[in-house]
Amino acid sequence: MKKSIIKSAVLTMCLVIGCGACRSESEDIIDHQEEKVNPEIQEPLDTLGIKGFFLLNEGNMGSNKCTLDYYDALTGTYLRNIYAEMNPGVVQELGDVGNDIQVYDNKLWAVINCSHFVEVMQQSTARHIAQISIPNCRYICFDGQYAYVSSYAGPVQIDPNARLGYVAKINVNTLQQVDTCVVGYQPEEMVVTGNKLYVANSGGYRVPNYDRTVSVIDLTTFRVMKTIDVAINLHRLELDRHGFIWVSSRGDYYEVPSKTYVIDTRIDEVCDSLELANSEMALAGDSLYVYGTAWSYLNNSWHTSYAVVDTQKREVISNQLITDGTDDRIAMPYGIAVNPDNGDFYITDAGNYVSPGMLYCFTAQGRKKWEVRTGDIPAHFAFTRKSLQYDSNR
Amino acid sequence: MGKRTFVCLAFLCAGINSMEAQEKPTIWRTDSVQHLQEVVVSAWKRSASIIPVQQLTGETLHRLSVHSVADALRYFSGVQIKDYGGIGGLKTVNVRSLGTNHTGVFYDGIELGNAQNGVVDLGRFSLDNMEAVQLYNGQKTNMLQSAKDYSSASAVYMQSRRPSFSPDNTDHLHITMKAGSFDTFNSSMLWEHKLSDSTSLQASAEYLSTSGRYKFHYAKKNGYDTTAVRQNGDVRAVRVENTIFKSIKQGEWLAKLYFYNSERGYPGAAVREEPGKFRHQDRQWDSSVFAQGSFRQRYGHCYNLLVSAKAAYDYLHYLSDPRLDVTTMYTDNHYRQTELYVSAAHRIDVTESFTISMANDLQYNHLDADLTDFVYPSRIIALSSLAGNLHLGRFDAQLSLLHTYVSDHTEKTGGLAGKKSKTTPTVAFNYSLLTEHDRRLTCRAFFKRIFRLPTFNDLYYTFIGNKDLKPEYTTQYDIGLNYSCCLDQGWLRKVEFQADGYYNKVEDKIVAMPTNNQFRWTMMNFGLCHILGLDASIKADWLVGGMELGTHASYTYNRAADHTDAASTFYGGQLPYIPWHSASAVVSVSWRHFTANYSFLYTGERYESSANIAENYSKPWYTSDFSLSRTIPLKAVTLRATAEVCNLFNQQYEVVQCYPMPGTNFKFKLKLII
Repeated sequence: MKKSIIKSAVLTMCLVIGCGACRSESEDIIDHQEEKVNPEIQEPLDTLGIKGFFLLNEGNMGSNKCTLDYYDALTGTYLRNIYAEMNPGVVQELGDVGNDIQVYDNKLWAVINCSHFVEVMQQSTARHIAQISIPNCRYICFDGQYAYVSSYAGPVQIDPNARLGYVAKINVNTLQQVDTCVVGYQPEEMVVTGNKLYVANSGGYRVPNYDRTVSVIDLTTFRVMKTIDVAINLHRLELDRHGFIWVSSRGDYYEVPSKTYVIDTRIDEVCDSLELANSEMALAGDSLYVYGTAWSYLNNSWHTSYAVVDTQKREVISNQLITDGTDDRIAMPYGIAVNPDNGDFYITDAGNYVSPGMLYCFTAQGRKKWEVRTGDIPAHFAFTRKSLQYDSNR
Repeated sequence: MGKRTFVCLAFLCAGINSMEAQEKPTIWRTDSVQHLQEVVVSAWKRSASIIPVQQLTGETLHRLSVHSVADALRYFSGVQIKDYGGIGGLKTVNVRSLGTNHTGVFYDGIELGNAQNGVVDLGRFSLDNMEAVQLYNGQKTNMLQSAKDYSSASAVYMQSRRPSFSPDNTDHLHITMKAGSFDTFNSSMLWEHKLSDSTSLQASAEYLSTSGRYKFHYAKKNGYDTTAVRQNGDVRAVRVENTIFKSIKQGEWLAKLYFYNSERGYPGAAVREEPGKFRHQDRQWDSSVFAQGSFRQRYGHCYNLLVSAKAAYDYLHYLSDPRLDVTTMYTDNHYRQTELYVSAAHRIDVTESFTISMANDLQYNHLDADLTDFVYPSRIIALSSLAGNLHLGRFDAQLSLLHTYVSDHTEKTGGLAGKKSKTTPTVAFNYSLLTEHDRRLTCRAFFKRIFRLPTFNDLYYTFIGNKDLKPEYTTQYDIGLNYSCCLDQGWLRKVEFQADGYYNKVEDKIVAMPTNNQFRWTMMNFGLCHILGLDASIKADWLVGGMELGTHASYTYNRAADHTDAASTFYGGQLPYIPWHSASAVVSVSWRHFTANYSFLYTGERYESSANIAENYSKPWYTSDFSLSRTIPLKAVTLRATAEVCNLFNQQYEVVQCYPMPGTNFKFKLKLII
């Protein structure tokens, strides 16, 4: 009797232990999801036309949840989270906090900020080609045979708190870093025009001693040729077709509000400024689409504003981008892009930052065409004139 | 620091003359232990706790293959532990999905505070000198307790060992040495000395060091498969404690001095990076010192007084240096917290069956930090409680009211959260359905409404804080039963079963999500949550031949729904990191000089966000730990050797996203009892 009890106890134990041992260690790769979002299929696009766009979702810091989405304009289909499935062999998928994405030289370039590299993919398949390690990298732009990446992580001087950032120069064929140029504090977005690269320095880590400059780099010598004083906490740069750079200043979130400045690239000086809160901009011809999410620590509230600026007159021509009331549903606008072919514009909503966001497509008149759920913190767009090849799973 | 420990140990060793082996349960008549005795020793003589309580004590506690109090709490039902992995990783407890900040943590009767972020890292409290760990849902229903005991939605009580001497014995000495995986070395010493019949003192010291290096494995089916080593997870910690106990006529007093010092690295989130390219070198140094004391006396037949006081100082230094880690930006912050606390509690036994209790607590907190635009907040909290207890035959009832007054002060104007004054109630009932000498069945119910104050970080942290935050309210409804039975013969000797069903509501919930390091959080106001739950546990003691067998199993069901935003696609989603099902089981066997212990933990599927989608899915994990120990009685001393293996089947899992947990690991322990 006693033996049988012991026996059954041992058997139970074995069963429990057996169960404990049999959990499969590998998880399934998450397949991409498809959603038909645009029922009205457009007329067949010409071969050089825009075929769609990539959308990079940042993912909350420390969650390794940066994901890549794709909108197929030919079929009106939205593909969510394509990178993992396209690249099953890449360890830990796309990484932590995507901060910029661009298409150049038949390649798709994604800057993964907290994973400290630039991910280079094939434009037509989103398959991994290489990763280029750059600590604390932020934005990317291109000119000729080179890619330029801004980074916070410049050389450490005597005072570790006064650490300048730099711009890395990368050969787009060899995918190797060939040079660096030290710029201001915590450099952000860049533009290139007339053999000069402009980079906005924020100094965001040096509160309250924000940087207030745009560094101008001579692309022949790859050295800073001029530093333009603009305003505190600079972030975005947008080059219009008349040679003027539109610069966003985020302010200090207390007394100094967010503003918009204009740099004349012929004289490399600030030539104008607008009392316009500016978080992100997109250009469509001579119209600059701007939204501003101005946070104030004084009254702990957000104020979101939208505007269209005429870049020639340099004045706000409308305080409304969205005309059908959809803006009431956007909790936290986080990205904007304008389709240069048809004038449609896109605005993303990051919501509460830890749940999937939303993407809204509007006609040039500001009426919503469609909306779709994205990944976490949808933020950065890259239009593509080459269709993404993928196996539809529907 | 190692040197300093050695000096301490040497000092403690001096002056020990005669020592005798003694290892038996010790009872010191104070608040917590008195209650403990009530529940364990004489569970069916006096009424069982009105409110659900779970505890692990003495040998049961020490047999678990766990390092810290947090690890031990995993065996309770209704508990979710957040664990960032390894010995140095932050470990916090969340009870019944209410949130970490709703759990009060008490050490020897007085609450451990953290006005800065409200988080008490239970991973720092080793079990070496713990005698009991208890978890109360609602509140402890002792009638002589401070107002603080009423002030949280649930409470963990850690009770350190109390000296107790046999008549011919004046000293105890325990020396423990542990070594194990992750280059862990842990030694501790406890010395107790009887100064007189009424006075004794206790000194304990502990040293811990670990490299925190362990392998972890990430793999996808038909995809990548990688193994890496956790870096920068090292810890070095020292704890020294001194207590003096004095019993007086109709009462007692005690005074304690506590010191803790540690240095640790932050391994950070395990995210994609070029392997081996960057070294992460964030570091943190902590020091905590506190002095606490309590005095308790009975005057006449119907009046009891309990006075407690505490003074605490906490220092934290966080450094992230780009000269060591190229990816990071320079952060060098120092935080200094001071806390002063005093409490007076009174109990008046009006009649045999009716008792009134009153308590007043006053607490002062201040935070100093070298942050830009910091407001240097101070806070004064005045707590007053009034409770009545009615005992009528089979029926017990307790009603309590707590009034909280909070006033904040900041050095900069305009950033002040202002004053708050709130009164919150608790009602608890207990009815005995069966009261035989060997078996007892009671049913119980309680209702409690309480809030947690926003912490200094929530309110004032530069760029994160929000002075307009409201207190986060919880409302709990619980109904349950408790059955216990004792048998004189047969294999089964004792059975205890308890089960509770509950509904909780959390309003204005503030949720912290980890960012790139554990010290900084993204604050989120979750708004509204509804939690439906079931906790059940069963405990049985067996005697088979000469073999003592103890078994314990617990189960938890939680449906914690996020009802913040009715317009959201994810409305009603399960809260992050809350599994629907979780369970634990422990089997321990004692035979002659041998003791074997097997423990099993199961955490079911859950999501890392209230968006319950495939991308946020976290699959179940379950671990098995096994330990074997042998007691070797020598002439003047007793030696106990223990071998432990944790995560027997090398399961690779994460409790918190991107913070991998260790696989199979080992520990060897030698304890010398003189």
